[in-house]
Amino acid sequence: MSQIHARLAGVTRVFPGSAGHGDVHALGPVDLDLARGEFFSVVGPSGCGKSTLLEVLAGLQTPTQGAAAFEDKPIGAETPEGVGVVFQEDSSFPWLTVWDNVAFGLKRTALSGAEIETRVRDALAFMGLKDFHKAFPAQLSGGMRQRVCIARTLVLRPRLILLDEPFGALDQQTRLLMGDELLRLWRETGATVLLITHALDEAAMLSTRVGVMSSRPGRFIDLVETGWPRDRDSRIVADPAFGAVTARLWSNLRGESLKAMGHA
Amino acid sequence: MSKALDVAMLIAVLIGLWQALNWYAGDVAISSPYDTTLHLIAQFERPRFWLHLAESIKAFGYALAIAWIGGIGLGVWLGAHRFAGEVAEPIVVALYSLPKVTLYPLVLLIFGLGISSKVAFGAIHGIAPVALFAMNSVRNIRPVYIKVGRTLRLTPLDAARRVLIPAALPEIATGLRLGFSLTLLGTLLGEMFASQRGLGFMIVNAIGLADTKTMMAVTLLLFIFAGTANAILLAGERALHRRV
Ligand SMILES: Nc1ncnc2c1ncn2[C@@H]1O[C@H](COP(=O)(O)OP(=O)(O)OP(=O)(O)O)[C@@H](O)[C@H]1O
Ligand SMILES: [Mg+2]
Repeated sequence: MSQIHARLAGVTRVFPGSAGHGDVHALGPVDLDLARGEFFSVVGPSGCGKSTLLEVLAGLQTPTQGAAAFEDKPIGAETPEGVGVVFQEDSSFPWLTVWDNVAFGLKRTALSGAEIETRVRDALAFMGLKDFHKAFPAQLSGGMRQRVCIARTLVLRPRLILLDEPFGALDQQTRLLMGDELLRLWRETGATVLLITHALDEAAMLSTRVGVMSSRPGRFIDLVETGWPRDRDSRIVADPAFGAVTARLWSNLRGESLKAMGHA
Repeated sequence: MSKALDVAMLIAVLIGLWQALNWYAGDVAISSPYDTTLHLIAQFERPRFWLHLAESIKAFGYALAIAWIGGIGLGVWLGAHRFAGEVAEPIVVALYSLPKVTLYPLVLLIFGLGISSKVAFGAIHGIAPVALFAMNSVRNIRPVYIKVGRTLRLTPLDAARRVLIPAALPEIATGLRLGFSLTLLGTLLGEMFASQRGLGFMIVNAIGLADTKTMMAVTLLLFIFAGTANAILLAGERALHRRV
C-alpha cells in the first residue's frame, strides 16, 4: 500500500466564460500529496478555489489540466468508492427523518438490516443526535443539520473524508467543540481527512498539516507542519506553539486576502 | 379542533346566505338549501341521473389523468432541459392565462361532439398549471442534493427516485391541486356547451327548462365534491411542505 493516499498533480480548473464574461481560472496549477491517515486543512481567501479543489478530489469536477488520483487509481467523472464528502451548504434531505438521512447511503447496499441499524445508531450517538433520530431537519438547528450530514457520510466508513467548511455557520464555541469531535473521529477511524476552513485557529488546532492558498487562481503558497500529538484536543489553543502556527498562517494569508478583496 | 370549527362556521354562513337569497329572490330564481338537498337525494333514485353522473366521472377521470400525467411529464422534461424550457415556458404560460373558451371551436372541430372533446377541454384547462409547477419544481432542486446523490454513488434511477422526485414533490403537489380544480371546470364547461350527457349537460338542460331545483341540486353536488377533494389535496400538500 502506498503511503500517498490521494494526489493532485498539476491540477487546474478553468470555468468556460458565459456571455459577456471571460473564462474564470478558478484553481491551480496545484500539486498535493495527502499521506494516508493525515489531517490536512486548507485555508485561503474567499473565492480562491477551495471548493473547486475539493470537488476535483470528489470526482464532481474534472480538472482542465493535470490529474487526480485516489489510492493509486485516477479519479474519473464519478466519486471513487471510499471517499466521503460533506458540503459547504446544508445538504440534509428535508423530506427524511434524521435516521433516514443518516441511513440514506446504506440502503441498497449489501449490508444486512441489523448492520445498517448498528452503524446508524453509532453515528448518531457519535454526533450527539441520539435523541433526534425521529426529527426532520427543519426541526433542527443549522449546526445539528450539518452534523446529520457528517453522520450520513461517516456510516459509509470512508477512507478519505472531504469536509468543505462544515462548521462555517456555527458560533466559535460550538466550532471548537465540533473540532474535538472531528479529532476523535479522525483518531478512531484512522481515515485521511481534508478539511476546508476559513478559521485559522481551527486549521492550526486540528491538522497535522495546513495548506495556505493564494487568491484566485488558488495555488499553495505555504505548507505548515504543526507537529501536535495525535491525541490532542481543543485545549491546545493555550499552547504558545499554537500561537506561532496561527501567526505564520496569517502572515501568509493577509496579503492574499487583501488581494482577494481588491485592495492590492 | 378549532379548524374544524372554522370550517363548520364557514359552511353555516354559506347556508345562511343561501337561505337569505332564497327568501329575497323566491323559489323560482333560487331554491332553498333544504329543498335543494332533498332534491339532490331524490336524484340518486333516478337511473338517468346515474347515467349522467357516470358519464361525468368518466370524462373527468380521463381528463385528470391526462392533465396530471401529461403535465408532470411535460413539466419535468422542460425543467430538466434548460433551452427547451426557456422556449416553451411563455407558450405554457399563455395557455394558462388564455380564456380557453377561445379554443373551444377548435376542440370541437378536432374531437367532435362526444366524450373526447370534453376530455380534451378538461385536460387543456388542467395541464398548464401542472406543467408549470412541475417545471419550476425541477429547476428549483438545489444542486447540492444532486451532488450528494453523486458522492453517494447512486445510480441515475435511484437518484431520480430517492432524491429528485422527493425534492420536487411539494411543488408538484401544488400544481396537481390547481390542475384538479381547473380540469373539473374544463370538463364541465365541455359538457355544458356541446354534449347530451353528463352533469354539465344536466345543468344547462335544467336552466332551459326553468327547473331551478335540479340545476341547484347538481351544482350543490359539484360544490361538495370540489370542496372535499380540494381539502384532501391541500392537506396532502401541506404535509409535504411542512418539512421543507
Ligand atoms: N460552476 C462555476 N462556473 C463558473 N465559475 C465558477 C463555478 N464554480 C465556481 N466558480 C468560480 O471559481 C472561483 C472559485 O470558487 P470556489 O467555490 O472553489 O471558491 P472557494 O474558495 O470555495 O470560496 P468560498 O471560500 O467563498 O467558499 C470563484 O471565483 C467562483 O466564482
Ligand atoms: Mg467554498
